[in-house]
Amino acid sequence: MIKEELKRGIITENPTLVLVLGLCPSLATSTSIQNGIGMGLTATFILTCSNAIISLVRKLIPDKVRIPCYIVIIAAFVSIVQLLLKAYLPALDKQLGIFVPLIVVNCIILGRAEAYASKNGVFKSIIDGLVIGLGFTISLGILSFIREILGSNKLLGLKFFPGYEPMTVFILAPGGFFTIAFVMAIVRYLGNRKKGAKA
Amino acid sequence: MINIASLIGISISAIFINNFVLSRFLGLCPFFGVSKKLSSATGMGMAVIFVMAIASSFTWVINSYILEPFGISYLQTIVFILVIAALVQLVEMALQKYSPTLYEALGIYLPLITTNCAVLGVALINTGLNPLTGQPFTFIESLLNGVMSGIGFMLALILMAGLREKLELSNIPKTLDGLPISFITAGLMALAFLGFAGLNFFSSIGG
Repeated sequence: MIKEELKRGIITENPTLVLVLGLCPSLATSTSIQNGIGMGLTATFILTCSNAIISLVRKLIPDKVRIPCYIVIIAAFVSIVQLLLKAYLPALDKQLGIFVPLIVVNCIILGRAEAYASKNGVFKSIIDGLVIGLGFTISLGILSFIREILGSNKLLGLKFFPGYEPMTVFILAPGGFFTIAFVMAIVRYLGNRKKGAKA
Repeated sequence: MINIASLIGISISAIFINNFVLSRFLGLCPFFGVSKKLSSATGMGMAVIFVMAIASSFTWVINSYILEPFGISYLQTIVFILVIAALVQLVEMALQKYSPTLYEALGIYLPLITTNCAVLGVALINTGLNPLTGQPFTFIESLLNGVMSGIGFMLALILMAGLREKLELSNIPKTLDGLPISFITAGLMALAFLGFAGLNFFSSIGG
């Protein structure tokens, strides 16, 4: 079961590359691996906690006001994480900047709350939060790996290819768009080929 | 005292230099979701400008007269998102009652705006320091920042919708069709907007 869930979160329902949710943080914070993975893990933590709480209170919330309720629960966890990051990881907090509070409006988290946690039990919702968060973190990792190597010729802050002039445009806005376009195209190509092989 | 130079600087910076979509990466979901047709892009753009103007003025007042004097700025995220959600709901109800034609044009886009990170983004940016003057944003400046960022968003959205309508007619490889080619288009637009970064307002006015 765990294997299937992992496959669902990372491959078939990958939030960024297949469902195309949560684009803003994935493009804005994937300028270096540290930022990308940091953002991914932060979002995973919030997603898992909010999924757990929402599935606990899902029968108490009237249907009409459920979205505001979900947003308040998510915003509470985001505030907790904001304070924790400020206290223990100030460098990461500074790098992610405005995108830490903006996790509140990350469509992945609200989407999972609406599509999964509001219909399933606590344990299943926690697992769902973990695997979807892992899928988000992995796709952020791939994007930031490509962008950091091409854009600043570094990997985790260390020089990568000696004597190669980095293409700075890859850590600026246009490079983000180009990188996600090609990663998405590769994912789609592999998916199509697999389908073709089966048929 | 209203600083005209700062107001002009904010406008140009919000529309071109720090365009919300193409250089700050805010509001990408509606940017790719609603840019398939020119008419819906215009509707969404108008709705975003409207909500951003109201949201940035309300959140500025709440932040500077309630949150900061009482030292509860850590509640910012929760308060802002609730204020925005409530405002969007109110605007929707008011439009439905007083201006049915406008409601019909903007109606379906309004609920989507609550989760548009551009709106919360501009509210959060307005709580920081104004890069042009080095002072906190004044009320007029934050209102203008909201409106102009909304116009920048609409500009990018309409340009993108025009390009995507043309793309529909062209022959695109199967793996790139749909979103990937849109991302490449957006990347090329962002590359063009990068040219505006040469307009250096920050040093000429601030100094």
